[in-house]
Parts: sequence; C-alpha cells; structure tokens
Amino acid sequence: MSEKKKLRVATTSLAGCFGCHMSFLDIDERLLTLLELVEFDRSPITDIKHCGPCDIGLIEGGICNVENVHVLREFRKNCKILIAIGSCAITGGLPAQRNHLDLGSCLTEVYLTEPGLAHGHIPNDPELPLPLDKVHPLHEVVKIDYFIPGCPPSGDAIWKFLTDLIAGKTPELGHGLIKYD
Amino acid sequence: MSDTFHLDGVEVKFEHGQTVLQAALAAGKYIPHLCYHPEFKPHGSCKLCTVKIGSRTAASCTMPAETGLEIESGIEELNALRRTLVQMLFAEGNHFCPSCEKSGNCMLQALGYDLEVHTAGFRHQYPDRPLDASHPDILLDFNRCILCELCVRASGEVDGKNVFALSGRGATKHLIVNAASGQLKDTDIALGDKAMQVCPVGVILKKRIGFSIPIGERRYDQRPISAQALDDAPRKPAGAKP
Repeated sequence: MSEKKKLRVATTSLAGCFGCHMSFLDIDERLLTLLELVEFDRSPITDIKHCGPCDIGLIEGGICNVENVHVLREFRKNCKILIAIGSCAITGGLPAQRNHLDLGSCLTEVYLTEPGLAHGHIPNDPELPLPLDKVHPLHEVVKIDYFIPGCPPSGDAIWKFLTDLIAGKTPELGHGLIKYD
Repeated sequence: MSDTFHLDGVEVKFEHGQTVLQAALAAGKYIPHLCYHPEFKPHGSCKLCTVKIGSRTAASCTMPAETGLEIESGIEELNALRRTLVQMLFAEGNHFCPSCEKSGNCMLQALGYDLEVHTAGFRHQYPDRPLDASHPDILLDFNRCILCELCVRASGEVDGKNVFALSGRGATKHLIVNAASGQLKDTDIALGDKAMQVCPVGVILKKRIGFSIPIGERRYDQRPISAQALDDAPRKPAGAKP
C-alpha cells in the first residue's frame, strides 16, 4: 500500500520579527502529527534557500524592501495556496507605522542626526536590499489566498487553520482564536 | 395587544417610538452595530446595522419599528456587506491593533472578530494623523477615528462642553478639537466626562492606564460582542408589563 503523498509546505519571514514562526513552533508536539501530513520546502526549519513547487506557502511579515518583493513573487509562483500569517503580512504591521513619514527623513534621522548609530552615513552596501518608500501588506503585491491574523496568531489558531485547510475545509478561527493583537 | 414585527422570522414586540434596532436589542435579538449607543439618539452613519426589509435595505438603528414589518438581518448577504464595511474602516485609518491600548476593548475589532474578518482586503491608506498628547491626563490618537460622532454628541449633549466636532467633508472629514489652538489642553474636558467613556475605538484614551489590564484578558477577549451587546441594551425591569 502506497503512503499518501505528503503536502509540501514552504515558510518565510519578510518584514517580520519571526514571532509568527515562533508561534508556529508553539503547536509543540502537534508538529509531529503535522509532519505525518506535510514536508517542508524552503523554510527557516530546513534552511533551503529557494522555494520549489509547493502546496502551501506561509508568509510572515510585510513588504519593506526589494528583496521581500522577489521572495514573495517566488512563493506566489511556486505555491498553490499562499497564506499571509500575522499582522505585518496582513496590514503592514509595526514596520508600516513609518508609512506616513518620508523614507529619506527617516534614514537621515536614524543614521545622521541622531547620535550613537553607525558612523555618520546611511548604509549603502550593495548587498543591502533597497528599502521601499512604503511598507505594504502582501495582498497589495500578489494574490493571497488566506489570512491568519494575530500578532502573532496563537499556536492553536495556526493549528486550527492548517488542519482545517489540510482536511479540505474552509478554515475558520472563531472566537478566542481570531485575534488582531 | 402589543405591536410586533418579524426579525429573521421571529416575532419581536416593540413600543411606539422605538427603532428596529432598539426593539430588537430590548427583546434580546442581536443586530451587529457600531455607531449606535443606547444612551444617544441613533445616528445611522456606520451602516453596520443595515437590515433587509422586503427588497430594500435600511439602517435598523434609525428605521422606526412598524407593525408587520418582515425584517432579515442574520443572513450571509448582509453579513458579507457588514464585513466589507468593517474592512473599509480598517483600511481607511491606521488601525494597528498590536500596539493599540484599546485592543480587546475595541468595538470595531470585536465586530471584525465576530464577522470573521481576516484581512482588510483593500489597499491601506495609511493617513497622516498626528496625535494630540497635549493634555496632562488624556491622549487623542486620531489614527483610529471612525467618525461615529459619539464623542461629539456626548460632549455636546451630556457634558455641555462641545469639546469635539467633525470638520471637512467626504474623504477629508476628520475629528477636531474646539479650541483656538486646536489642542485638547486648551479645552475644559475632564476625566469624568461622558465624552471620555463613549469612544468605541482607541481615539480618546486616559493616560497611564494603557496596559494595566493585559492583552488577552479584556472585554471582548472574554465573550464575543454579539453576546455582550445585549447586556448593554436597555431592558424593562423584570416583572414589568409588556
């Protein structure tokens, strides 16, 4: 009897704090149950650097620089279902609180006028991805299929959402699991 | 014989002068609502309480109750419209729940939870709305204002101070403070004012109590807003005549 093919899952954090990934690990021993159903592609868990064809992509964090856009597009190209996880991916979150400010004046204040940081110049190493003038939620850049709100969503919320989805049901969170904070 | 209408097929008694929403809440039937407050004259601005009466829609908070009305509320068609209204409010302001002191006590957020709104969906506007932290005891964070006018009405009708007003029209409409300087410190607002108690979102905040009740242990963390709205609705005392 052939084993049922596992779903392939990729995860990444863009302009996020990895808090959603930490919360994902908070499903604790249920990870073992999950691993009977899925295998990981690109993810901090595997350290695979690029995303191959996947069933589900989980993305934490919004879009604040050029590299974020490339990674997001790589995920969209490869993942059948793309899920934005956490406040930053869904609303821009904390990084987006710079959106009403001019990016140039933010950088000037942090690196030039405020004492103590760097050495009096705005970092411009070619390896650093260029920041965007505004931080964007994922759905403003590519089509997102599902959203798991929360900062971070609880391990229970992530578990409920993923197990609903894997079972072929429309994921529902309900009171206590749906949180924006 | 009392007057009745039907709400989602269930008979609801009402008194003359009551609106559909008032009668429904008094009878223990929930209709989602946001800018309505039981102590103030209904305003009809947020449209969350929209119901279907035949083929027409109406804001139930301002629609006078009439005998024989057949009203639909708890249907997916209306909840989808309500979801869109909540989404537009979230996209229009700067509603960063994780850093908001009102999170867990916020009606807009609680309605989002109840309606299973997972994303604002629209393009966020990220407006530039500076804070007013001029007052020693009160913070105004205009980023979260949904223009419900409850503070305007409370300050004018109850406190008799007219501290707040709405200015501008259409997309430029915004909350202002009635002082020559435009700053809250130059008004006679006081912590005990009704205007301090009515904001459904996190605009008018008492300073230095922000997170004294931790996130996760607040009002709408305990029970959904649909369950709690009925607690707030004015009811007849037990044993009163119908």
